[in-house]
Formats: sequence, structure tokens, C-alpha cells
Amino acid sequence: MNGANLLVKALESENVKYIFGYPGVSICPLYDAITDSEIKPVLMRNEQSAGHAANGYSRVSGGVGVVAVSSGPGATNLITAIATAFADSIPMICITGQVPCEQIGSDMFQEADIVGACESFVKYSYSVRAAKDIPRIVKEAFYIASTGRKGPVLIDLPIDVQNAPGGEYEPIDKISLRTYKPTVKGHAVQIKKVVNVLSEAERPILCVGGGVISAGAQEEVIRFAQKINLPVVTTMVGIGVMPGDHPLHIGMVGNNGKKYANRAMNESDVLIMVGARVADRAVSQPDLITKDKILVHIDVDPAEIGKNAGPSIPIVGDAKAIFEELNNAELSCDFTPWLERLKYYSKTRDEKTESTAKYVDPNEFLKTLSTALDDDAVYVADVGQNQIYSCANYTVKHGHFLTSGGMGTMGYSIPAAIGASLAAPGKQVVCVIGDGAIQMVLGELSVAALLKCNIKIIIMDNRCLGMIREYQHTHYENRYNMVDLCSLPDYSMIAKAYDIPYLLVSNNEEAKDSIGKILSGDGPVIAEIDVDADAFTAN
Amino acid sequence: MKRIYSVWVENRSGVLSKVAGLFARRSYNIDSLTVGETQDKTVSNMTIVSTGTKQTLEQIEKQLNKKLDVIKVRTFSGEDAILREVILIKVRYSPAERRELMEICEFLKADIVDATATHMIITLCDTPEHIEKLLSMIRKFNIAEISRTGTLAMPKCTEGEA
Repeated sequence: MNGANLLVKALESENVKYIFGYPGVSICPLYDAITDSEIKPVLMRNEQSAGHAANGYSRVSGGVGVVAVSSGPGATNLITAIATAFADSIPMICITGQVPCEQIGSDMFQEADIVGACESFVKYSYSVRAAKDIPRIVKEAFYIASTGRKGPVLIDLPIDVQNAPGGEYEPIDKISLRTYKPTVKGHAVQIKKVVNVLSEAERPILCVGGGVISAGAQEEVIRFAQKINLPVVTTMVGIGVMPGDHPLHIGMVGNNGKKYANRAMNESDVLIMVGARVADRAVSQPDLITKDKILVHIDVDPAEIGKNAGPSIPIVGDAKAIFEELNNAELSCDFTPWLERLKYYSKTRDEKTESTAKYVDPNEFLKTLSTALDDDAVYVADVGQNQIYSCANYTVKHGHFLTSGGMGTMGYSIPAAIGASLAAPGKQVVCVIGDGAIQMVLGELSVAALLKCNIKIIIMDNRCLGMIREYQHTHYENRYNMVDLCSLPDYSMIAKAYDIPYLLVSNNEEAKDSIGKILSGDGPVIAEIDVDADAFTAN
Repeated sequence: MKRIYSVWVENRSGVLSKVAGLFARRSYNIDSLTVGETQDKTVSNMTIVSTGTKQTLEQIEKQLNKKLDVIKVRTFSGEDAILREVILIKVRYSPAERRELMEICEFLKADIVDATATHMIITLCDTPEHIEKLLSMIRKFNIAEISRTGTLAMPKCTEGEA
């Protein structure tokens, strides 16, 4: 077998169903070998989108998405998607074609040092030099990507290695990596300390991040919160850990979160952070979360603990295993006065009042959409004002909320939604995107249409780059610059060009009846929601 | 604060750049870095000296441990380890300066390993402090070139060591 055939065999043994990608000469042996396989290649319209599609596929399937692109510009186009997955700890296998081994370093046509370029945002990378190594490398790559703190793994594969004979395929049973042994079980002494501080706590709070979803620990975390009536706040990527309508769910923290959720976190006396990086968007002042309180930081990555805030009790391990331990611990608490106080805070939450008849109120629209969606729907938010509105108004029940949280990559949502819809063909997938981001990924509409993906694309059209316009409003005295999109293109014609049903929602009156229409049918739909450019997210 | 990291890494191509890249990417200082093989041909030892706040120095250790090519990280403060460094100094001298240079070398146990009527190369293998002492005494001469290895470190022998 040649290297490409060995690669396909190895991918099949990892139960890979789809490879998202874009071909070029240097990756042609792989795409040729796939022709005889059950694995379906999905031709995206840009390598970055192929990476985001694999990202969406990973997040919804709970497995590892695979993307394969060519060398040179194909590989460099993929970099943003790799960085996006790395920032949110999403497992992914990224395969890049490369020029022949002997030519590496000679700056030949379409050569790029992709391993060097990606070093700081891959979990690990391989430069393959012998076809016979491919089965072992693939096995290791999937293991590394999907265990510990998950993340993208890059396999750079020269074309001559893909074509070279590598012997018969033999499944790899054992992985031997002397340098990689992620901690699973939390230290018993540290867990006992948490139990002790909780038994003496008056105002404890649990802050959950994306790490809980990544560990598949939602159930254990919810059970623990219910066991002792522990209120829960989330980071942006942690949205979906707990149903948004759960009585213990307070809301999202951070500079785009709920004021009362931030207040709850700041006033707590014991703060348990789990699977969260304590990054600036969620915690703008790390001093505050260590001041006058006990900070418990639980993370599978030891380097996250103490990076941005020094915890009183660090616990390294898998969130699922640690919360199982916590659930088994004997602990009885009564936080009634604290819960009453939080209830009072959330009642005083500021409701948006003004909404003009001329446009659609984005908050109202997304709130109504949220209630109309299936319980297990997949909601993909892009980046910008649409993301902030989504976080504020979408109530996750038992589905998924996907967004590019750490990197904030515009144009993430449509390709991620395509990957998500392939991972969960029967589920409703909603993609909320601004008119700025969609113009970065218009080509992917073609993929959604051809694959008949059940994606309802909601374009929040305010004819400008709203988030930056809002920033220029608050920080630059309304000196708007570089943000006007000049009312182009005509989205009805874009929809027509890609043969996707289209509807326009111009005001609140039309919005009421539109949601049923948007969600009906099995294929993609484009709904253009007319939003006021002055409808700012910050109150 | 100063800390010495003795890092065992997989002896593969690209590993040095991965470790050095980590320091660059996170703005950590590298005061010195040496790499060489160990008793095990598949393992290289990197000795890295860095300065920073206590928090940064702890992060360096954690981030090093996170690298998949890193097998083991040990840290030393200096007292618990034997430290050595080698320096080569080429000095351009006048006949009047020769005697003092030779006396300095004798005093600090440095060797003159090459010489012409106008130039000499002085070398010393000693602790980093001693190397600095030699340098401070030689700086007033006309130094043509300096090359130093950076610090090597190994924990001191202990009773009952396996």
C-alpha cells in the first residue's frame, strides 16, 4: 500500500465519516485514495472554511473532525481555522500536503513551512517522512487531539510520502508516548479541601467554561449544582453546559455578559472555576476574583491554573472525574439567603425598552427564535454584535451553542454549521451571522445548498460592521470609519444565485410571523433581518 | 528572579525550535540556552536560564511540561546543582599588556589556548560567577571576540541516590 492508502485505512479505523477540504496537487494522492473508501470528502470553497467545518463537526459529533488541504497557500489559508480550534480547545486533525521531502527548504512552488507557522497554536504537529509511519502517527494524532486538553493536531504529509510504498496496513493497538500522560483523576486531598470550603461557604458560585463541554461533564456538573443548590454562571464557550432556564442558572459573565452574573461572581465568597481560562473577555479584572474570596480552579491543563489568577485551591484533572468525586462526597449546605439575593439581582435585570417600528429588534427577535427552536437544536453564532445578542437571548436547552469564543473569528458560523449539520443530520441548525462576516464566506452557501444542509441562516443586516461601529461610538466619539458596507450585496439575489429560499424581515410586525417560515422545510433558508445600525449591544 | 531549567526533550529535528519558540511566543526571557545529547541517544538535554517574576518562572515550567516533545523538566536555583559554563575570549594585546593578562589567567585558573604576537585566546570552564569575574577583569583590554556556551546544570549527588 502507498502512504495515501495507509492514511485512508488509518482514518477509517478512527471511524472518520467525512473529510472537509480543498484539493491541490500535493494532496491529490489522498483524495484519490478516498475515492475507494466509505469516507466522504466534502469540498468546501476555502481552506479556512474547511477547518471551521471540521470544528463544527467535532463539537456536535463529540468526535474528531478531519480537514485535509494542499501545501503552500492551501495550508496557510487553513491557519486561521487551526488557531480558532486551538483557542477553544476543539479536537481536530489537520492534514496538509507538502512538497516532496527532498525539495523541502528549497522554496519550490507552493512550499510553506506550515509546521513552523502553526507551532504556537497546534497541540502537536508531525512532519511525516516515511509512509510506514503513517498508521502510528494517525493513531497518536487522534489520541492527542481528543484527550487531556483537546486541540488541533497537524500532520504535514509530503506528496512523495503519500505515493511511496509503506507495506501492508496493520492496525495499531498500543500507543506509546512517554511525554504525554494527561491527568484524569483530581487529587483527593484537593477535592476534600473543596468540600470543606463549601461546607463553610455562604455565597459560593460555580463558573463553567468550555472545558466542561469538552470533558462531556455537563451531567455531573448539573448534578453537583443541584445537590447543594449551587448557583452557576458561564463563560461564552460554557453556554450550554446547563439549560438556560434552569433555576440555578444565573447567566453569562464577562464584558458582554449579564451585569447581575458578574455581580454574583464578584460578590461570592467561594468561586469554583471549571474548564475556563480566566481570560480577559470573561474576567476583565483577575484581581477581583481572588480578592476576599476562595478561588478553586479546576482544569485539565495545569498551565491554565495560575496563569491569569492565582487560585487558593488548584485541581488538575478531568472535570467529569472530579465532579463524580464531588458528587460522591458527603456535603450538606444551605445557601438560601444567597440564592434569594441572586434572585433579587436577576429581577432587577435591565430590560431593553426602546425598539422602533422601522427595524427588527434583534433582542426580541432572537428571544422569540430561541423559544421556537427544538430542544436539541444546534445554534451557531458568528462574531460581532450578532454573537453578543445571541449570548444574551438564546436559551440553550439540550442542544449545542457554537461560536468562536477565544479567537473571535469572523465567518466561523456558516462552515461550522455545515459541519454541525453533517454531524447531526436530523437536527435543526441555526446560524446567526452579520452582514460583515457572511461576505467572508459567501462561497460556502454553495456547499450548504448542494448538500441540502438543514441550516437556517439568519443575516443580521445593519449594513455596517456593527461591533466596530459601536466601538467607534463608545471610544472614538462617533468618528465612524472603515465600517460602512454600503447596503451591498442584495441578499435576495445572493440567495437566488445559490438557489436557497430567501425571506426578508423588515420590522417587528413581520418578525412575529417569520420564525415559523424560517424554520420550516428541510434544506437551507436565508433570512435577512433588517437591524438598525444604531441598535447597540451595550445598554 | 533567576531560574535554571534542565529540560529533557525528544532528540528529534525541530524540537529546539519548538522550545525556543515557546519562549518567544510568550515573551519569556532566555538568558542562555545550551543543547546536547544525554546518555540516552533518543534524549537531548536543554539547559535554559531565564529571569522573570515568580509567576512567570512557574508558568515557564508548566508551559515546558505541556510541550509534547518534553520528557522531563527540572528546575534549579543554583545552590542545589553544579553549574558550569565555558567561555572563549580573543584579546588583541600590546607587549606591555601581556604580563598582566597572563597573571589574570593564572589567578583565575584560565588557560591561554592559542596565541600570536598580537592576539591570544583565553578559555575558562567554571561557574557562571567565576566566568563573570574573569570577564570583568579582562574587559579593559581590547577584546576582539567572545563566545560562551551558556550554563550547564546537574543536580548535586545525594546520599542514597539510586
